[in-house]
Amino acid sequence: MAVLHSAPKFASNEGVIDAISETISVWLIEAIEAHGEVIFRVARDDVARVLQTLRDDHQYQQLMEIAGADYPSRPERFEVVYMLQSLTKNHRVMVKCSASEDTPVPTVTTLWPNAGWLEREVFDMYGVTFAGNADLRRILTDYGFEGHPFRKDFPMTGYTELRYSEEEKRVVYEPVELAQEMRSFDFLSPWEGAQYVLPGDEKAPAKPEGDAKK
Amino acid sequence: MSMTREESLTTTGEVISNYTINFGPQHPAAHGVLRMVMELDGEVIERIDPHVGLLHRGTEKLIEQKTYLQALPYFDRLDYCSPLAMEHSYVLAIEKLLNLEVPIRAQYLRVLFAELTRICNHMLNIGAHVMDVGAMTPNLWVFELREDCLNFFERASGARMHSAWFRPGGVHQDVPEKLLVDIGDWLDNRLPELFGDAMSLVVDNRIFKQRNVDIAIVSRDDAIAWGFSGPMIRAAGIPWDLRKSQPYDVYDRMEFDIPVGTNSDCYDRFMVRVKEVYESAKIIKQCLRDMPQGPIASTDGKVSPPKRGEMKQSMESLIHHFKLYTEGFHVPAGEVYVATESPKGEFGVYLVSDGTNKPYRCKIRPTAFSHLQAMDFMSRGHMLPDATAILGAIDVVFGECDR
Repeated sequence: MAVLHSAPKFASNEGVIDAISETISVWLIEAIEAHGEVIFRVARDDVARVLQTLRDDHQYQQLMEIAGADYPSRPERFEVVYMLQSLTKNHRVMVKCSASEDTPVPTVTTLWPNAGWLEREVFDMYGVTFAGNADLRRILTDYGFEGHPFRKDFPMTGYTELRYSEEEKRVVYEPVELAQEMRSFDFLSPWEGAQYVLPGDEKAPAKPEGDAKK
Repeated sequence: MSMTREESLTTTGEVISNYTINFGPQHPAAHGVLRMVMELDGEVIERIDPHVGLLHRGTEKLIEQKTYLQALPYFDRLDYCSPLAMEHSYVLAIEKLLNLEVPIRAQYLRVLFAELTRICNHMLNIGAHVMDVGAMTPNLWVFELREDCLNFFERASGARMHSAWFRPGGVHQDVPEKLLVDIGDWLDNRLPELFGDAMSLVVDNRIFKQRNVDIAIVSRDDAIAWGFSGPMIRAAGIPWDLRKSQPYDVYDRMEFDIPVGTNSDCYDRFMVRVKEVYESAKIIKQCLRDMPQGPIASTDGKVSPPKRGEMKQSMESLIHHFKLYTEGFHVPAGEVYVATESPKGEFGVYLVSDGTNKPYRCKIRPTAFSHLQAMDFMSRGHMLPDATAILGAIDVVFGECDR
């Protein structure tokens, strides 16, 4: 597909997957190239070794970001995505592995000192633990916060709210009370894909294709 | 944190204990709500533990609840000193997923305003940095220029700070001809004069140099390992600028230089920003010179809204308008990481789409995270007052750091 967009253009992805797959083939689950991005899905326990190989043998010197993501329907619901950048080759790749609440991901603080906070953030937001990270405290949420707010099953309003109490002369935490119900507008088109079945119709045999009129 | 009793370097023989102080969360030199737990030996910093997150608003979670277009204004509120640079990464990420072509005039406009944002941001940082180390006047002068920039944003978008002017597929509205003329005039007359005057008070100033030269020296290897970007990595002597190495929009047509430092101290970081202001001015002038006429947003009616006039005439446009502002557009499933050179460094957006009208996951890579994390190792062994200089040279804004 021809590139029409004007997003940042780094060095060509051509041959990158082959060259890297060769050296990390033992740990590699899948290599994907889509939307101009190169993504390596690797086994969780070996992610530190993969990243070290990429850093030392393939000149990906910088770890720019570690992102978490939550896919509740999967058996291992979390994904940890590492964004690497090569200053010498002017190229970016992503490495990802999956994790669940009780399967720690090996830390990469031994490879990059800035991984510490990035791992803390993923832990704080999703509850993914990192084995070997000596300072896995919460980072963005409040002192004494409970839960992991970016999980898909965590409500957007949260569970507690706080206000300054004039009587107690301090900030107090209380359960959330909403003056109006939390509204989530679903504007997904009812014309495409929605299946409206009239009561009783589900008993009728499926109509042949092309018979359905709108 | 417990007090430790040990032999001290500064008091020969006498045993004193390290003590811990709280810097912030409300401190004028913290540039926002930053709390730093500092362990001091006398006046020498032994350890710093920055506590961030006091401004955490859960932007990424909020974005998951909005359509792609509705999520855009959240980006203005990240780094509120350079709002348009924040939007830039986001719209480019959407366009990359859509593989959407942006008209050339829109690309020029975006580059022009991204660079104006850079000037605006650097005015704030340069002014705040010199004020942190004791100089009052330059800050007042460069704020005049910042005010001018904000007026330009207002004339383009209607809002001084939270413009929401970049849109997937282009920009929201075209700019009046007079605005471009005025920007050119401002670049020729007002900016060099006022900025040059303000900087003449600072760059060779003895006190300013005493407070900044040789403070927080970071080696090239450290700068790379800690994930530095923007002026922080350039001050370390690495000519790395995403506008040059990974050009987006029409940056590949622009001619500009990348200022680099030699000493990698706070003074170099400051000077890199000063030079960048002049380079940005150069880029804006080229934009003004070369910008063609034409559409300012994608002509694809499925992504960018129709003109008001068309809407009154054409049923199809009316449907497009209605669908875009209720349902929004659908983005093909996939994931991209798009990073642009924001005034503070690499600002990235990791966008995961599941094919619907809302982002499934939008991870924002703040520039401040890796820089602020290095605060501990940069400040070790320096004096307590140096912490403000180091913090000023990092250029940190907590809207973006905490998200």
